[in-house]
Amino acid sequence: MRNPQLDKNGGLQHLLTIDGLPRDVLTAILDTAAPFTEVAEREVKKLPLLRGKSVFNLFFESSTRTRTTFEIAAKRLSADVINLNISTSSTSKGETLLDTVDNLCAMQADMFVVRHAASGAPFLIAQHLAAMGLDHIHVINAGDGRHAHPTQGLLDMYTIRHYKKNFGNLVVAVVGDVLHSRVARSQIHALTTLGVPEVRVIGPKTLIPTEVEKLGVRVFHDMRAGLKDVDVVMMLRLQNERMQGALLPSPQEFFKYYGLTADKLECARPDAIVMHPGPMNRGVEIDSAVADGPHAVILPQVTFGIAVRMAVMSMLAGA
Amino acid sequence: MKIHIKNGRLVDPANGIDAQQDVYIAAGRIAAVAAAPEGFVANRVIDAAGLVVCPGLIDLSARLREPGFEYKATLESEMAAAAAGGVTSLACPPDTDPPLDEPGLVEMLKHRARHPNFAHVYPVGALTLGLAGERLTEMAELHEAGCIAFGQANMPVVDTQVLMRALQYAATFDYPVWLQAQDPFLGKDGVAHDGEVATRLGLSGMPVSAETIAIATILQLARDTGVRVHLTRISSAAALEMIAAARSSGIAVTCDVSINHLHLSDQDIGYFNPHAHLVPPLRAGRDRDALRRGLADGTINALCSDHTPVDDDAKQVPFSEAEPGATGLELLLPLTLKWAAEMRLPLGTALARITTDSARILGLPAGTLTVGAAADVCVFDPHGSLRVTRDKLKSQGKNTPFLGMELPGRVRYTLLDGHVAYESRP
Amino acid sequence: MLPDAERLCADLAESMRQGLHPDTALVGIHTGGVWVAGRLHAALGLKTPLGSIDVSFYRDDFSRSGLHPQPKTSDIPFAVEDRPIVIVDDVLYTGRTIRAAMNEIFDYGRPSRIDLAVLIDRGGRELPVCPRWAAQTMQIEPGKSLQLERGETGVLTLRLIDA
Repeated sequence: MRNPQLDKNGGLQHLLTIDGLPRDVLTAILDTAAPFTEVAEREVKKLPLLRGKSVFNLFFESSTRTRTTFEIAAKRLSADVINLNISTSSTSKGETLLDTVDNLCAMQADMFVVRHAASGAPFLIAQHLAAMGLDHIHVINAGDGRHAHPTQGLLDMYTIRHYKKNFGNLVVAVVGDVLHSRVARSQIHALTTLGVPEVRVIGPKTLIPTEVEKLGVRVFHDMRAGLKDVDVVMMLRLQNERMQGALLPSPQEFFKYYGLTADKLECARPDAIVMHPGPMNRGVEIDSAVADGPHAVILPQVTFGIAVRMAVMSMLAGA
Repeated sequence: MKIHIKNGRLVDPANGIDAQQDVYIAAGRIAAVAAAPEGFVANRVIDAAGLVVCPGLIDLSARLREPGFEYKATLESEMAAAAAGGVTSLACPPDTDPPLDEPGLVEMLKHRARHPNFAHVYPVGALTLGLAGERLTEMAELHEAGCIAFGQANMPVVDTQVLMRALQYAATFDYPVWLQAQDPFLGKDGVAHDGEVATRLGLSGMPVSAETIAIATILQLARDTGVRVHLTRISSAAALEMIAAARSSGIAVTCDVSINHLHLSDQDIGYFNPHAHLVPPLRAGRDRDALRRGLADGTINALCSDHTPVDDDAKQVPFSEAEPGATGLELLLPLTLKWAAEMRLPLGTALARITTDSARILGLPAGTLTVGAAADVCVFDPHGSLRVTRDKLKSQGKNTPFLGMELPGRVRYTLLDGHVAYESRP
Repeated sequence: MLPDAERLCADLAESMRQGLHPDTALVGIHTGGVWVAGRLHAALGLKTPLGSIDVSFYRDDFSRSGLHPQPKTSDIPFAVEDRPIVIVDDVLYTGRTIRAAMNEIFDYGRPSRIDLAVLIDRGGRELPVCPRWAAQTMQIEPGKSLQLERGETGVLTLRLIDA
């Protein structure tokens, strides 16, 4: 079975997940992103690469932040950007996901940026496009269920490389609600593919997915032990609906045992960086003193995110 | 109509026959085997040279989708699929719309099935009204209308007190109860086996304990009530061990497995293939291997297709939203042969699991070519093959994880009550 | 026989010395143009820091052949607004690269003027582009590619290869 995001020549046709992408493809994306960071400093923050192309932001699950960064990236590439926030109620009126896609294809779409609550939804779209012979239309997964958020994973790798230069000698910890996190999965695949020798996940057993160690990570339930000597701390967002109930007793107890505080951060290396995909729950997964402190690289992540998304869009559109 | 099937390799597991013997059919029954009855003059001679002649297959789970889901499949389309698959008897689960919870519906189904007359249809009646798990159905009335057992299809009985009473009531009349073991809470959100694949794909996992906890409950209640219980479509090695232990401690329990779980594991979900979304979920490779051994050694009594035709609209959605199930009537024989070949089993042992052994669970004197039995016969070419494509499938459901595969065996003739219900060219 | 690239650099600097505004900035086009611009910058003693651009993001063949692998970061370390700018490249051929470079420069601001300096004008123009300075003009057949290379010691040489 061919990886549906690669074309016949092994080039990138869609970006659906980092799982299974060759290392040189990941490196090429990071290398390509570098010159795009400079564009933000220009008088005219615009490149003509996607001039005349139509990028559809297809958001079946609302997310202002992610949609905005994709919108900025596409607009800086001179694309026409059309935002569609499709609530599940309108799809339940009878039009299926693929009906929507077919309609937009008829409007000469060139690229779909897809956010969906169901894992695998962007694969369904990519497979449908292939079945229809629409190979010129590209799909970028902007987050599907718990499965993947590849551009977030890539921008995190860009950030790590920016501060740490090499991946080959790092210890990286991913902390919090790994079970429900598409970000965590993309980070784990990216880190292991790029050769990080030790990737750890830290969290209570209710938030660590079954057999996650088979993805190449070490599991810690004690945060201090898990943070010992790490170079990079990647915090995850804890969704409100998970904070109380059968997964966790309360946000307070979670913060006490798994929230990142300056005190716990002392277990990490002195030059450790702290990352968060945003939006943060201050006082739940991260203390404000850390979020705003010298180790945090959370805002640079956002800036790099635009360059990484520009790079991905350019590489796909030119393919 | 008198039919003479000659030169074939007769495989009749119930009678321990695997030899080149002719079969003689008259008045819808097996008139003789090996030697012709005196004065037998055939209206039709079927030359079965190079072919296998065996009892018509018996499928313990085939959804015909009527009433209520005619847009997914109809009796006509699915019974044609049964005949094309060599299946002459099938049990259909009660999860129609409305469910088979009143005698009128069962009578109507039996009546409707008589018209295409491609297979004997044995409804499994609903154990509770509307399959809601709250009130008992009129089991005795349903039984008179033709239900051969009672069950809940894939719907749980959440309240164990209701379950216990349903089993007690069924035991009163010695009706068998067929249950799919899935804990209603642990099984609530899961769409894939809780393991590496689900973790990797970000699919909600269903732990093996969803099955084993339900089995533990059912076995305990079976012991207490003395009901004959049949566990449908078990999925895990752990379930198999529990059933074997229960049986050796004297509990009357039988079980079956589906063709999908016999051949596939969660790895076959691949890139979110919605055809691999099944209930119960495809489990790990080691579970599948245990099921394959369990069916071979008889711990698992029978193999079924778990035929569930689903319309394309319900499958062309993201994996977790896809309606579970796979079409299977036409794949039952090929996948039995594939399993037998891979396990190096005698053909008779393998065919027993879809003929005489399933007949025993149905409580019917079918699945054999004994003289005097109904002439339900399947004649197939063991060296032929079936390429599973949308075009080839007669079932209205084109949904199967085996789509695109080449499978062994090709049905050449299906006889129902001594009439040719299906035949194909060599 | 190809001319000596180092010699051409020196000739080019000499010809440019007159008539350069003191605020003039040089912008080399990656990769060969940056090497030549470096030579010119040193020889001419310009005080504005040297700029460099990679025109990958502005190429007109993007939709045909995609993004060039491993694009370099453009670096314009001076204010473009109202400044005279000299684009520097090694070989001038179709003129498409120069078009892309001018487009890119305008995204940094409005220069007072733009001139073009090249080591070699090999003919074959497809756009109305004319260099103000060219150290040498020579006709090279379309199937060939003239490339500037830098050896381990840093010496620049020209090489003709099959395109």
